[in-house]
Amino acid sequence: MKPFTRLDARAAPLDIANIDTDQIIPARYLKTVERTGLGKGLFAAMRYEADGTPKPDFVLNRPDYQGAGILIAGDNFGCGSSREHAPWALEDFGIRCVIATSFADIFYNNCFNNGLLPIVLPVDDVRSLMDEAKGGNHVFSVDLEARTVTLPSGRVVSFNLDAGRQEKLVKGLDAIGETLQHVSSIDAFEQQRLQTQPWVAK
Amino acid sequence: MTGKTLYDKIWDAHRVADDANGETILYIDLHLIHEVTTPQAFAGLKAAGRPVRRPDRTLAVADHNVPTENQAAGTGAVTDAEARLQLQTLERNVAAAGIEFFPMGDIRNGIVHVVGPEQGRSQPGMTIVCGDSHTSTHGAFGALAHGIGTSEVEHVLATQTLRQRKAKNMLVWVEGTPGPGVGAKDYALALIGMIGTGGGTGSVIEYAGPAIEALSMEGRMTLCNMTIEAGAKAGLIAPDAKTFDYMRGRPAAPKGAAWEAAMTYWTALYSDKDAVFDREIRIDAAALTPLVTWGTSPQDVVPVSGHVPDPKDAPNAERASQIQRALDYMGLTGGQAINEARIDRVFIGSCTNSRIEDLRAAANVARGRKVADHVRAMVVPGSGLVREQAESEGLDLVLIAAGFDWREPGCSMCLGMNPDKLAPGERCASTSNRNFEGRQGPGGRTHLMSPAMAAAAAIAGHLIDVRDLPPLDAETKEA
Ligand code: SF4
Repeated sequence: MKPFTRLDARAAPLDIANIDTDQIIPARYLKTVERTGLGKGLFAAMRYEADGTPKPDFVLNRPDYQGAGILIAGDNFGCGSSREHAPWALEDFGIRCVIATSFADIFYNNCFNNGLLPIVLPVDDVRSLMDEAKGGNHVFSVDLEARTVTLPSGRVVSFNLDAGRQEKLVKGLDAIGETLQHVSSIDAFEQQRLQTQPWVAK
Repeated sequence: MTGKTLYDKIWDAHRVADDANGETILYIDLHLIHEVTTPQAFAGLKAAGRPVRRPDRTLAVADHNVPTENQAAGTGAVTDAEARLQLQTLERNVAAAGIEFFPMGDIRNGIVHVVGPEQGRSQPGMTIVCGDSHTSTHGAFGALAHGIGTSEVEHVLATQTLRQRKAKNMLVWVEGTPGPGVGAKDYALALIGMIGTGGGTGSVIEYAGPAIEALSMEGRMTLCNMTIEAGAKAGLIAPDAKTFDYMRGRPAAPKGAAWEAAMTYWTALYSDKDAVFDREIRIDAAALTPLVTWGTSPQDVVPVSGHVPDPKDAPNAERASQIQRALDYMGLTGGQAINEARIDRVFIGSCTNSRIEDLRAAANVARGRKVADHVRAMVVPGSGLVREQAESEGLDLVLIAAGFDWREPGCSMCLGMNPDKLAPGERCASTSNRNFEGRQGPGGRTHLMSPAMAAAAAIAGHLIDVRDLPPLDAETKEA
């Protein structure tokens, strides 16, 4: 996994609440056996007309948001389906950080397994970020080690993040490798299970 | 010391280790897998040279991508090349790992959340995961069950554990006797309407109370299934005599002495009287009427006798614009009566409502009636075994006589990734769980409701209160 330390990028405002993972990546794009290439389906319904031409008004299609690396969205981002194709699609498109007032649990977890940083901020902060992102200069910088977002105006907003999750992103840790260091505990647990709940452990 | 909730008990019983970073390594008893969220996980294992730790604790089905006809012909006959590749990739992966698999066309195959319980694989007190958010369904058995992403699928395949943080405890207490036409689907919609799609975020919901005890296992599964639409991590119901009756004799249920031992454990699975919940919600089932959704989020709930909200009455500008956006997408006008919504399609199926009781409820409404001329209605049993049971009860004949299309099992029109989908602009009365924009096909419009309500809509050609269409044979008896 690509480590995440610092990101200087354009931020695109997507001022909609409850963006579900079906909107992030519709089911018809899920018929793939790869993790890559999903960027083309990102926000497909909002991004393309029925005939596949880009909708000029959609924020990520607008010339001044080309190459956006940060997305600023409304409440409860990523609700619905557990599809990890949602963070894959964001990443593949080039987005490495999403800022919102709240995230759905499964999406939030999925982000950390893919080097994508979800930042939760209070509603007033998200509002002012959204306003600045809508302005002429919308290059933000995110410093994960300092846990800050610097706005184009120079204002600095701090965010909270669990230390374990932060480390996972900063170091690009492989969760399976970490867990396998506990393999003797897993073996012991299974042995004990065999005694106490043989009907499960069979 | 205060008592423990059911969630606390299951959590404690599965803790393998606490990691320094604040995560707990939790043992997973059952891992359900399907074709869509696993190919990348198996590829990851292969790349790292890691084996599947417990193939015997894993069960695979083919459900999301499968067409709902001609399944006996096998995956080779699936016309969509990408879907076919995904299905064949699953077949290859499970064969290589030695994982039990019910292939397309096998009578035991079906939607993963119908199959697990039906086979007796989902049991009280277990931890159950699947790369699918509606894994919450299995909480109906008093199991801690939730959806995971593909990286986590790979993690469980490799380690039979999951890294987790403990969620909060939330209690939803349902009491009162529901009136006719009201059931588990309405409880679910009522709750989501009350607390919103983010209302349960960070919590595990335990459902309890007399109205929950009165629910059948099918009803409990419907309710736990929809828990994810309230944003909660999982839904749970303490196992009781109904749970044990359902389990007894299922292929993977314990037998003989093992059954007795399991029962001793299972009967201790409940929240202690002095357990403390972080939040409690009460619902009076007697006060509910049949509910439907009007918008593009499961929280957009209204009684079928009610009206679509008017943006003019919204508490603030932000909410007004949200309502307007949903109305525009749904092709509705603020303030209009919801039962004026004329429908094109009906979908009775999905892991929410495709079990035998759901099909019986639909058939009871359809019996002796006809689907409206302009409506295409389909019934998709949740598994081959549900289909067989329904046919043994003659439900297929009732539904076919009424003009419903009787399909083979699968996720079907729940998610718009197999041949069953809505055309742009089509309006559907659906028993599934998500009315998101485009969920049932790009531009499709979904109204969520119970199976009886969906069957009634098929007959009437528009949304209608099922209580206006009482079972015909019951009427005859009264006369
Ligand atoms: S029926 Fe729908 S919600 Fe259920 S598992 Fe299939 S796609 Fe998911």
